[in-house]
Amino acid sequence: MLKLDEVVTYYGPVKALKGVSLEINAGEIVCLLGGNASGKSTTMKTILGLVRPRSGTVSFEGQRIDGLRTGDIVRRGISLVPEARRVFGRMTVWENLTMGAYSRYGAPPAELEHDIERVYGLFDRLRERATQYAGTLSGGEQQMLAIGRALMARPRLLLMDEPSMGLAPALVDQVFDIIQTINNQGTTILVVEQNAAVALSIAHRGYVLQNGSIVLHDNAAALLKTDSIRRAYLGED
Amino acid sequence: MSDILSILPQQLVFGIALGTVYGLLALGYTMVYGVLFMINFAHGEIFMIGAYVGWGLLTILLDAQLGGLHPLWVLPVLLLPAMLFSGGLGVALERFAYRPLYARGATRLGPLISAVGASIFLQNAVMLTQGARMKVYMTNFLFPPTWRFNLFGASISALLVVMVGVATAMMWGLNTLVQRTRLGRAIRAVAEDREMAAAMGVDVGKVISATFFLGSALAGAAGVLIGLYYTQIDFVMGYSAGLKAFTAAVLGGIGNIRGAMLGGLLLGVIESLAVSFINPAFKDVVVFAVLILTLVFRPEGLLGERLADWKKV
Repeated sequence: MLKLDEVVTYYGPVKALKGVSLEINAGEIVCLLGGNASGKSTTMKTILGLVRPRSGTVSFEGQRIDGLRTGDIVRRGISLVPEARRVFGRMTVWENLTMGAYSRYGAPPAELEHDIERVYGLFDRLRERATQYAGTLSGGEQQMLAIGRALMARPRLLLMDEPSMGLAPALVDQVFDIIQTINNQGTTILVVEQNAAVALSIAHRGYVLQNGSIVLHDNAAALLKTDSIRRAYLGED
Repeated sequence: MSDILSILPQQLVFGIALGTVYGLLALGYTMVYGVLFMINFAHGEIFMIGAYVGWGLLTILLDAQLGGLHPLWVLPVLLLPAMLFSGGLGVALERFAYRPLYARGATRLGPLISAVGASIFLQNAVMLTQGARMKVYMTNFLFPPTWRFNLFGASISALLVVMVGVATAMMWGLNTLVQRTRLGRAIRAVAEDREMAAAMGVDVGKVISATFFLGSALAGAAGVLIGLYYTQIDFVMGYSAGLKAFTAAVLGGIGNIRGAMLGGLLLGVIESLAVSFINPAFKDVVVFAVLILTLVFRPEGLLGERLADWKKV
């Protein structure tokens, strides 16, 4: 479904991705692991066209999308749940969801209404707070809003950047339950996580990024048993 | 003392009329600051050029000797082209004078200096093509001096009513656009988090252009209204009017649309009262004292948010 081939991306003068290749099949949950500044977020931004690769190709459903504008990439069915949520704090919950559907210009209002209802169905709290400013929500609620906002684009591939960051353990489980629900409803997911244990428990496969290169790639169960993963991400010696 | 009280209503009326127009002009500063974090110091010149477009059209209409020039149709004929021309000029200014700088990663200072340069360029372009002498708006042909009524001891002319009416309607329209439409949401999204707006599929460049168009079009309308009010315009009129509107934007809270309207209104009234109760020569001193006091005691403005508060959320 999504294929990165030898992607090199610079972040200012820094070579953030040094030839990253990875592949995601339709229906999968793929986990991207890596320490700080290993290039995880840059990988996501490159897929979405927020930063341009210097070389290499990104293809989605068989067609190249590197070089397309972000709006066109979102329209083809990729959307992002960003790191640290980044909801629009000075807009209401409802307006944030509407912004998520920005690329669906011309879609019938009834269709958008239906999708907003779907998000409210997943996250009951958002319905209660529909007219509240997003900046007044708790961290967990903002994370739900960020996921709901991304779903409003009707993605076939959802990019999730550190969805568990800064959340209480109970909420982390809830968020990963929802990720699984979304996946079961037919959305492919690429999730970047520091919390490797939880992420690998729901993922089908995983890649490990280090200093802008993929150093390891296997199915999730095998990665959980790999010594280097246990040491680096699961806190075992 | 009784003298002062007797002219107070009149001065308030002048102040409110002037203030709504300052508010119109202040919106341009505040909107551009909202999306680009820069002060468009050429905004006053866009206002001045709007005044010249209106003057040119009014002169053509008078030369054509059409007979009755009723403001009901003449005013739109002056305002709409002035707004379109000023709006287009604002878009061009951003595209050619500011975007090449910030798109290449210049700091905020680069576009700011470019704006000062654009301001000087536009003043001189108008001086060279239109001459340095002031132009006269034949306001009396449009609004006969007899069109006026008395209210609480103030004499209110039809022109003042029109100024307040047009400016208020435009501010209401802009506020509705920003709060209720898809474009308005996109503008607010870009102002709050440009990268996330882009991630939603917003074409940030187009939204910035639209913002410049809206702010500049309002400045064009303000130019025509001020031309009709003062009846004389010249190529440097944008300088002081621009600084005053900038003051109004800072007073209300730069980046805040309702703040710009409030700041404009307050500043118009303050200026008008200073003229009658202190000394007309001190008019600008009072206005810029307001700027300094705001910056010292409430830099975030009356309706502005403290940036630090937002980072905590």
